[in-house]
Amino acid sequence: MLRASIRAAFAAIVMLSSSAAFAHEGHNLGATKAVGTLELRGGFARATLPNAPVGGAFVTITNNGATPDRLVSVSSPAADVGQIHDMSMEGDVMKMRQLPDGVVIPAGETVTLEPAGLHIMFMGLKQPFVEGQTVKVTLTFEEAGTVDLDLPVLGAAADSSMPMDHMDHAK
Amino acid sequence: MIRSFRLWLWVAVVALGLTAGAAALLLRQPAQATRGFGGGTYSLVDQNGKAVDQTMFQGHPSVLFFGYTHCPDVCPTTMAEMASWFQELGDEGKDLRAYFVTVDPERDTTAVLGDYVGWVSDRITGVTGDPAEIAKIIKAWGITAEKVPLGDGAYSMDHTASVFLLNTRGEFEGTIAYGEANATALGKLRNLLAKT
Repeated sequence: MLRASIRAAFAAIVMLSSSAAFAHEGHNLGATKAVGTLELRGGFARATLPNAPVGGAFVTITNNGATPDRLVSVSSPAADVGQIHDMSMEGDVMKMRQLPDGVVIPAGETVTLEPAGLHIMFMGLKQPFVEGQTVKVTLTFEEAGTVDLDLPVLGAAADSSMPMDHMDHAK
Repeated sequence: MIRSFRLWLWVAVVALGLTAGAAALLLRQPAQATRGFGGGTYSLVDQNGKAVDQTMFQGHPSVLFFGYTHCPDVCPTTMAEMASWFQELGDEGKDLRAYFVTVDPERDTTAVLGDYVGWVSDRITGVTGDPAEIAKIIKAWGITAEKVPLGDGAYSMDHTASVFLLNTRGEFEGTIAYGEANATALGKLRNLLAKT
């Protein structure tokens, strides 16, 4: 009974978070944070399924400076290990690669870490990522230094923290 | 006298042969549904530790997905989509069953799989088992599953991300691709259900 209602609640969350009408009140989504010449926005993490020991996090980074920077590492008190990964589809096969050298943020450009692409992967989660909560994440850049973010946890299949992006499933 | 005995002996041999042939054909009948793409035999267990094999896909339409619980993106997304399909189909999809077969049987024990698949629906079966038997079902469905080291003994699995649609005989009917629009996926599921 309890299990059934938990499931119903999760299903409702999934429906809500995959709908374009997703309400943003209560989350500080779209809030930008600056460090050095970098601007970070639209960050979020995805809720994890029961027993899933890994979780993904995503953020959009714009470099307003005249020189490139590089995201070199990620960490969180909520996980043993944080890595920078790139996911790609080759035919119908999903491929995941760790990027040990991190991600370059070219001067004047924006790099988006998003589902089905570049992303932050946390392994050895100390507790599940629960929708509605936040996850503390520290990003370290070669030039700009470190920045702390409180990422809202959205649904398990959330594509983006920006509602209009939900329409874009074909990417 | 000896000649007619011989003749009868031959008749007996032929009759025996025919009987054996017919029996072999009849006995092979149940295995026919698992011929062709997806065909194979394997002995696995579900999330409750109950033995399952290739016949689990028979008698109802199914959606079949290969994944693993350490999977950060494709698998939770697909599981959440499956949950929404069951939700949206409602009574229309009451005969539909879902199967999540792990490509990482070493880490995905029955205990780990139970809550993971239970999150989706009570009509989803989590399937794991001996790695050699998992290899057989992976081969049967032409699944790619490769270990990719992530350092410190951790690894992820590159794997086929499509959802397979199976008819009531357990035969392949089509796929829902990763990231396919929800309306298209539901249309394919309704087509599958209409055939049953």
